[in-house]
Amino acid sequence: MMRNMRYKKPVDPFEEMSFDGAEEKIEFDDFNLWYGDNHVLRDVDLEINASMITAFMGPSGCGKSSLLRSINRMNDLIPECRYEGEIEIDDVDINGPDVDVYELRKRVGMVFQRPNPFPTSIHDNVAYGPRIHGITKGRELDQVVERSLREAALWDEVSDRLGDSALSLSGGQQQRLCIARALAVEPEIILLDEPCSALDPIATTKIEALMRRLKEKYTVILVTHNLQQAARVSDMTAFMYLGRIVEFDRTREIFENPREELTENYITGKFG
Amino acid sequence: MNKLTNEKIMFNAFKVVAFTIVAIVLGLLLFIFARGVSVLSLDFLTSPPENGMMGGGISSPILGTLLIMCMTVVFAIPLGIGAAIFLSEYTDNVDPRITRMVRLAINNLAGVPSIVYGLLGLGLFVLFMNFGFSVLSASLTLSFLTLPVIIAASEEALRNVPRGYREASLALGATKWETVRNVVLPSALPGILTACILGLSRAAGETAPLLMTGAAYYLPRFSGNILRQFMALSTHIFYMATQSPNPDLTRPIQYGTITVLLIIVLSMNLVAVLVRSYYRRKLR
Repeated sequence: MMRNMRYKKPVDPFEEMSFDGAEEKIEFDDFNLWYGDNHVLRDVDLEINASMITAFMGPSGCGKSSLLRSINRMNDLIPECRYEGEIEIDDVDINGPDVDVYELRKRVGMVFQRPNPFPTSIHDNVAYGPRIHGITKGRELDQVVERSLREAALWDEVSDRLGDSALSLSGGQQQRLCIARALAVEPEIILLDEPCSALDPIATTKIEALMRRLKEKYTVILVTHNLQQAARVSDMTAFMYLGRIVEFDRTREIFENPREELTENYITGKFG
Repeated sequence: MNKLTNEKIMFNAFKVVAFTIVAIVLGLLLFIFARGVSVLSLDFLTSPPENGMMGGGISSPILGTLLIMCMTVVFAIPLGIGAAIFLSEYTDNVDPRITRMVRLAINNLAGVPSIVYGLLGLGLFVLFMNFGFSVLSASLTLSFLTLPVIIAASEEALRNVPRGYREASLALGATKWETVRNVVLPSALPGILTACILGLSRAAGETAPLLMTGAAYYLPRFSGNILRQFMALSTHIFYMATQSPNPDLTRPIQYGTITVLLIIVLSMNLVAVLVRSYYRRKLR
């Protein structure tokens, strides 16, 4: 029964795929995670490719956010959290003894569910990360700020008021600012934890368009409980249930031709 | 009696209670200021007491109080904020029972009568550490007295900083200390400043601890030496009212001194209010 719920590896995951030169970026190997006695992630095996959007989808409490937070070790902040198994980025175990967690988090940027800009100016929000990592020259910072805001498709809306408080922006703009802030430290991977759940449909559309642009340069991982969003923007989708990866495949396969009954029941709305 | 009348009676009852409090405070202030303001003059503020404190001004008590306040700031604020940062930010890996005990201790310290702090200061700083009756002993004692207030209120301010700010900073690769210094502390600063100012304004009027740690009945002039005795506004009022050979003659000076002390304390409270509203507006 339990074996049934584990996802079956496709025979050749890249058969018929148009993602030429897709390279593996992150690999989970038999990863288990507990919060105290609560077994949150069970036997996760997963390979995530660079330059793609991978969605973690599933009902509340299925462990998708915990899985995401394992990649930049944000779970370290929870004292009762422990784990087994490996997560490798570019073939290096991120939980290994020689890994500098601050360097790791610089490489793996994160955007949260609720927009959380600092209560400072727009400029200082974006400049925060680079400053922490040692860029002090004003000119250099200005360039980083402009580049990041352009990448996050926010520059045109704020270029004339970089000194204004970040809290004066709309919710959608704040979320793009948070994306710009994450991009400013030049990460390789961007983790998005339900980035649109606090936003209206128009703001959501803008963020989704932005995600499609970001995947050209970054490995993007998106957590969502919104089926349509996963279907619209992601290339690969992992369906999770009760801490397990039930099925992981190309997004179109998951939605049009799911192999597992559980997946089908979820995407047809029988539970959620 | 119908509901509407009932409602009106309750509303008016609460209104009366609220206004009574305002009336008491205003009445007290008016009573004192009416008698004290006429005594105030540049001369009164800048000349030392004379003639067995039945004449002259109050320059040395003013300077004594200001010096003690400055030194209390130096001792209490770094300690208080440091303890608050520890309690709010660095207790993740500490046994929760220990932090609970520390918090309980702090809250109880806030309720300890000031005379007890005075005795502590006398035993610990004056005698044991041999600082003698001095500005130093008095300032350290007042620091202890204000610490619980500063710690409790600062911790509250730190805890009110949204979790999202901390997460955002850590996720960018900042260390815990970088996060505290650059994100958490600035956000909590208005609350911390308010807490410090209110704690100090409470200390400014304290009398009992000073009596036991170095307040002099009379000094010919302000020494400025932190290892010597001092005069302070609060103890000056106490001595004039109770120890003077002729309290009636000192009465105008008493009112003048009380007025000056009240102005100092009230303006500190006003600064606290202004700081808070300034930051509140700035953050919007």
